[in-house]
Amino acid sequence: MARLIVYYAHPGQRHSHTNRELAKVAQDVDGITFVDMYAEYPRNDIDIDKEQQRLLDHDVILFQFPLFWYSTPSLVKEWQDLVLEHGFAYGSGGDRLAGKRMMLAITAAGPEDAYTETGYQKFPLRTFLTPLEQTAGLCQMDFTPPYVLFASLRAPAQGRVQPHAQGYRVLLEAVRDDRFDFEKSASRDVLSYETLPIVEGA
Amino acid sequence: MEGFLVLSFVFLIAGVIAVPIASRLGLGSVLGYLIAGIIIAPLLQSLGVDVISLQHFAEFGVVMMLFLVGLELEPRLLWQMKSKLLGLGGLQVGLTTLCVMAIAMLFDLSWTISLAIGLVFALSSTAIVLQTLNEKGLMKSDGGQSSFAVLLFQDIAVIPMLAFIPLLALPEMADIAHTVDVAGHGADAAAADHGSSLNFVEGLPAWQRTLVTIGAIAAVIGGGSYLTRPIFRFIAMAKLRELFTATALMIVIGIALLMTLVGLSPALGTFLAGVVLANSEYRHELESDIAPFKGLLLGLFFMTVGAGINFALLFDNLGAIIGLTIGLMALKAAVLLALSFIFRIDSSDRWLFTLGLAQAGEFGFVLLSFTVANNVIPSDIADQLLLIVALSMLLTPALFILYDKVIAPHYAVAQTAQPDDINGEGSIIIVGHGRFGGIVNRILMGAGFNTVVLDYSSAQLEILRKFGFEVFFGDGTRPDLLHAAGIDEARMLVVAIDDKEQASELVHYVTQNHPHIHIVVRARDRNHVYELFAAGAGDIIRETFDSSVRAGRSALEALGFHAYDAERQVRDFVEGDRKGLRQLAQVYDPDIPSHQNEAYVALAREIGAEQEAQMRGKSTAFASRADRGWVPPSLADVAAEADKKEG
Repeated sequence: MARLIVYYAHPGQRHSHTNRELAKVAQDVDGITFVDMYAEYPRNDIDIDKEQQRLLDHDVILFQFPLFWYSTPSLVKEWQDLVLEHGFAYGSGGDRLAGKRMMLAITAAGPEDAYTETGYQKFPLRTFLTPLEQTAGLCQMDFTPPYVLFASLRAPAQGRVQPHAQGYRVLLEAVRDDRFDFEKSASRDVLSYETLPIVEGA
Repeated sequence: MEGFLVLSFVFLIAGVIAVPIASRLGLGSVLGYLIAGIIIAPLLQSLGVDVISLQHFAEFGVVMMLFLVGLELEPRLLWQMKSKLLGLGGLQVGLTTLCVMAIAMLFDLSWTISLAIGLVFALSSTAIVLQTLNEKGLMKSDGGQSSFAVLLFQDIAVIPMLAFIPLLALPEMADIAHTVDVAGHGADAAAADHGSSLNFVEGLPAWQRTLVTIGAIAAVIGGGSYLTRPIFRFIAMAKLRELFTATALMIVIGIALLMTLVGLSPALGTFLAGVVLANSEYRHELESDIAPFKGLLLGLFFMTVGAGINFALLFDNLGAIIGLTIGLMALKAAVLLALSFIFRIDSSDRWLFTLGLAQAGEFGFVLLSFTVANNVIPSDIADQLLLIVALSMLLTPALFILYDKVIAPHYAVAQTAQPDDINGEGSIIIVGHGRFGGIVNRILMGAGFNTVVLDYSSAQLEILRKFGFEVFFGDGTRPDLLHAAGIDEARMLVVAIDDKEQASELVHYVTQNHPHIHIVVRARDRNHVYELFAAGAGDIIRETFDSSVRAGRSALEALGFHAYDAERQVRDFVEGDRKGLRQLAQVYDPDIPSHQNEAYVALAREIGAEQEAQMRGKSTAFASRADRGWVPPSLADVAAEADKKEG
C-alpha cells in the first residue's frame, strides 16, 4: 500500500466541467488523502508546518489541476514557494522528500495535436511541465508522466469526461495498491485513460 | 485684592511682552524674563513690593521643575548616573569652594568668610540651566546629563551647607548683629524656606533625626509607589478635569512640606517622588498638570532676579563688581573644564557643560541671606556678593548663545559622522486602549515598535500594567497631554477612542498642528468616516466593518459556498462598498442627517441596486468580478471556435 495524497487546485470550481468530476472521484477513493487547496487556503495563508508534515506522511504526491497559461493555478505555485523549503526539500540537509514520487493529473483546453512543434501551442505539453519535473528532480523525487485530458472544454459534449474520470479512479486505486507500473509509464510522454499501465492481478 | 491684581498684571504683561521678543531675537526665554524683571524694577519699588520674599515664593518653581525632571528619569537611569552624581558633582562643589576660598583670602578676608563665599559661589543655577537645556532639547546629550548630575548634587549639598554655615559664625559679629538690621535680605523668609522655623527635628538627638529623615524618604518612595494609584482612581470617579490638577499640586506641595518639616530639601524630595512615579501610568497626566505651574513660577522667579538687582550699588562699584563676576565665571568654567577632561565629556558636550554651569545660582541667594542672618558674612560684603550672583545669572544666557552660535556649529560636522541614534526615531502614540486600540498596540509591539498608550480608564490600566503593557493614564484628546506623551517627536498617532466627536476633534487638531504625523483612526460608522475625512485623516478604519464582512463570509460558507467562492464574493462586496463610500462622500453634507439628504438617499439606493444586481448576476459571468479570470469560455463559444478552425 502506497500512501497517496491528492492536491486538488481549482479557483473556479463552480464553472468546472471536468475537474469537479475528477475531484469527486478522488474524494470517493478509500485509503488516500484528498486536499482541496482553494478550500483549505482561500486567503493564501498556507500552513507550512502542516503541509510539510503531510508530505512526510505520504509516499506519492499527486497534483490535480487545470492547466492555466501553461502552468499551475497560482495557489500551487504559492504552495511550492512556501512548503518546499531549503533544508527540507532541497539544499543542504534538504532530503526529506527523497525517494517520494510526484504525479500530475491535468486538463488542457487545447487538443493534443496543438501541443506539437507544428501545432498552435508550438511546444509539446511536457516542455511546459519541465518546471514541475525539475522541481521533483531537485527534491530527489521521481516524476511520472502526467495523466492528461486534452481538449477538455469539448470533452463533455464528446462524452470523454466519464471515461477520463473512471480512468482516474483506476489510476488512484492502482497507485494506492502498488499495482501502477511506474517503469512502464516512464517511457510515455503523457498518460490517458486509454493507456494506463496497470499491473493486472498483482 | 487690588494690589494683588496690579502686581499679577505687572508681572504677566512684562513676561508676555518680553519673552516672545527675546525668543525671537534668539536670546531664550530666561534672558527675556530677566530683562522684563529689570524693566519693571522701578515700578515694583514704587508699589512697595517685597521682591525678595516674592522670589522665595517663586523658588517653588524649582521644586516643581525637579519633580518634572524626576518624572523623566527612571530609577534605573538614576542608578546609572551615580558615579557622575557623586564624582562629578562632589568634585565640582569641592574644588570650586576651595578655589574661591583661596582667592577670597588673597583679598584679606578671614578664612571663615572666605569659606562661606566659596560655598555660595560653588552652586549653579538649576532654574536657568535646566530650563535652557530643556528649551534647546539638550537634556539628553552627554553635556546635558553631566550638567544635570552636578546640579542635582548641588541641590542636595545645600542641606549640609545650611547646617554647616552657622558653625562659621564670628563671635565679634554676633554682637554687632544685635544693633544692625540684617533682615534686609529676607533672612527670615530664607530661614522659613529652609525649614528652620518649621523644623520639628531640630531639638531631637542625632540618631532620632537620622531615623526621621530616613522615614520621610521612605514615606515619599513608598507613598509614590503604592498610594498614587488608589488616590487617582478615587478622584477619577468624580470625572472632573481640575481635580487631577489639584491632586498633582497636592502631591508636590505635600512632599515639599514633608521635606521641609524634617529639614530636607523640598527639591530633593519632589525629585525623588518624580523618579518613583516615572514608571507609573499617571506620569504624563502629572507632567501636563504641573508643567504650566512650573513655567509660571520659574518665569516669576527669573523676573524677581532681574528686579532684585541693586543698580545703585552696581554703578557705585561698577568696575570691581563686573570684574569679580567675570573672574568668578572664568574660575568656575576652569574647574568645570578640568573636570570634563577627567570625566571624558567630549567635543561640544564639554563646552556645554563648562559654559552652562559657570554662573552662581538661586541657592546662592538663599545661602547669602542665611550667612548674613547667622553673622558669618558682614552685610556690606553680602550685598556685593548678591550682585555678583545676580549678574552671573544674567550673563548665563549670553554664554548659551555663545555655545549655540559659535561652539555647537563647530562640532556639528563631527557629530553627524556618528551613527544615528535608533532611539531618536519617533514613537507611536495610541489614544484609547480598549478592544480596538489594544489590538493595534499588540500588533505594533509585536513588530518591535515603541508605543505610548493613553487611556482614561484606571481599571483597564491596572489590568494592562499587570500584563506588562506600558500604558499611561490620561485623556488623549487634550493637547497638553499629547504634548507630554511626546506628540512633537511622534511619527504616528492611532486614534482608537469610542467618542465620535472627540475622535474627529483630535484628528482635526493633530492634522492642523502636527501635519507630519500619520494618523490611523477608528471610525464608528459611515458618517463618521466622512467627518474624519473632512478633518484630514488618512487611514480611516470602520470599527465593525471587517468583522461584519467575515461574519457574512462564514454565513456563505455554512450555506454551502466553496470557501474560495465565499472569499471572492465578500472581496467583491468590500470593493463595491468602498466605491460606494467614495461616491456617497461627494454628496454627504455634515449639516444634514443622511436620511434627510435627498441626493444622498437617491445615490445610496442606486448604488445598492447596482451592487446587488452585480453580485446576483449569473447569466454572463464576466459581469461579476467575483468570477472573472477562472471562467472557461461558454460551451457554445468553444464549439463555434472549433467549427471555425475545422471549417
